[in-house]
Amino acid sequence: MSFGGLYNYWIVILLMMTGFYVVIASGNLVKKIIGLNLFQASVFILYISVGKVAGGSAPVLQDGFEPYSNPLPHVLILTAIVVGVATTALGLALVVRIREAYDSVEEDEIHDQDESL
Amino acid sequence: MIGAQLPALQVVIPLLAAPLCLLLYRPFATWLLTVVTSAATLVISTLLLTQVLDSGPIDYTFGGWAAPFGIAYRIDLVNAYVLLIVSAISTVVSVFARLSVAAEIEASNQGIFYTAWLLCLTGLLGIAITGDAFNLFVFLEISSLSSYVLIAMGQDRRALTASYQYLIMGTIGATFILIGVGLLYALTGTLNMADLAERLPAVADTRTARAGFAFLTVGIALKIALFPLHLWLPNAYAYAPSAVSAFLAATATKVAVYALLRFLFSVFGESFSLETMPLAHGLAVLGSVAVLFASLVAIFQHNIKRMLAYSSVAQIGYLTLGISFVNELGLSATILHLFNHALMKGALFLALGCIAWRIGSARLGDFQGLGYRMPWTMGVFLIGGLSLIGIPTTAGFISKWYLVLAALEKGWWPVLIVIVIGSLLAVVYIWRVVEIAYLGKRLEEAPSGEAPLSMLLPAWLLALANIYFGIHTELSVGVAHEAAKALFGGL
Repeated sequence: MSFGGLYNYWIVILLMMTGFYVVIASGNLVKKIIGLNLFQASVFILYISVGKVAGGSAPVLQDGFEPYSNPLPHVLILTAIVVGVATTALGLALVVRIREAYDSVEEDEIHDQDESL
Repeated sequence: MIGAQLPALQVVIPLLAAPLCLLLYRPFATWLLTVVTSAATLVISTLLLTQVLDSGPIDYTFGGWAAPFGIAYRIDLVNAYVLLIVSAISTVVSVFARLSVAAEIEASNQGIFYTAWLLCLTGLLGIAITGDAFNLFVFLEISSLSSYVLIAMGQDRRALTASYQYLIMGTIGATFILIGVGLLYALTGTLNMADLAERLPAVADTRTARAGFAFLTVGIALKIALFPLHLWLPNAYAYAPSAVSAFLAATATKVAVYALLRFLFSVFGESFSLETMPLAHGLAVLGSVAVLFASLVAIFQHNIKRMLAYSSVAQIGYLTLGISFVNELGLSATILHLFNHALMKGALFLALGCIAWRIGSARLGDFQGLGYRMPWTMGVFLIGGLSLIGIPTTAGFISKWYLVLAALEKGWWPVLIVIVIGSLLAVVYIWRVVEIAYLGKRLEEAPSGEAPLSMLLPAWLLALANIYFGIHTELSVGVAHEAAKALFGGL
């Protein structure tokens, strides 16, 4: 397999590192959640790539549909996507509550407010 | 027959009770449902443990779909032991929770609180019972998401930021676990733990296997709060409602340690995970640093809940030290300490819950003369503290004793010294509280009087359990030994 032949895995790594960097480097609570989303999305693509069979069709039990892609990772990742949506919703809800309590969504400002108490 | 369905009921009962709780909505009704459900899971886990002790591991397939296609539960001694810990703690703490929650959380939110509690219980029991790697991830997320909700319900606004921080770090950890499971699936084509254990040795010497192992270990370590990945834990425990601190401190990290044991010993096998990969030494170093650093930080805390949270990080250090010895004695010390630490931290956090109910704070400054203002509550704190230090005739002594024996068997003297220093540091931070509470000035106008019996009795139950399991060790040590043997034997 050539270097570029597995390009979807390179995209996975790129997305994963981008998301991870945003989570770590950004001080804005909403941006952190978006970074987390990118990070999770990269894993979704990883799973979907794993299930893909080169030249395979959709998994239909009928003649003419051989070879077909492995449906299991795709089903698994549906579950993980649901988990990701729930996490994002909860995270953003927390940010709303934090803004109500601190009147800010910047990590350092919130930190300063807690320190000055 | 209903007996054969016990493994499914263990998870399904709290899972169904949770939405029911949301429908009931009224604080008292939801509380009662939570207690009854927790008690039901306790009965089931007791039955499962006796069944496993009598006739060996139980295999359960959902809907009769056999392992490679359906989700299989497999319960051996280790699972059954962890299930018992989780369900017992949930029962005791939920009895305690009614008045504590009534004082700390608005009535309109209490229905949601108990719903989240039951979901968290479902997730924790599910992690412990499942034999499927992906199923473990799903249950991990169920328990994590609900614990973020529980923590965010704390009174202090810092509970919100603590919960947010936990959400970020917990999600990164869970996603790492997801990547690890995905890599293992790509390599072996199965998610069933027993099948994984069978097929992994043939492909263990590949980069994919090593990467999957690394992702899983780091991901679970984040959930365990192993030093230096512990940063989410102190604030989360310090600002959560009192009952939640007690529940999570006694169960959540324990279940994560169980998941680590399962992957290290049952799935990858101890020779790959601890010897081929340099994890034994890594765990020994990180565990030692965790014990020393976290105990030292605990000494300088003014918030006693935060102090106990740092002490939890130190205790996790002991747990990983037990794993790092790679011998049966060390592993049984770890499994034993899962149980004993749940008892002592449960008792200590419940005592703090009683104190918070009466004086509305957990700051050391407010503890002046508390030994006379709330003698029974401080009695619980004292027993829990002694057990934490490891005084003979308490449960904490037994687990430290086995840990020391294991260190001696391995011949790791520096680790032995770390264990001793860790215990001495525990003496210092427990003594700070005892000194202020018993020898400090008695404040005349300060609120005094005991917490109500419904809070005091659960706390005393756990305190007495600390003493009981410090003297009668047959049950706890016996099961831990057998469980360690089972883990070394593979699935």
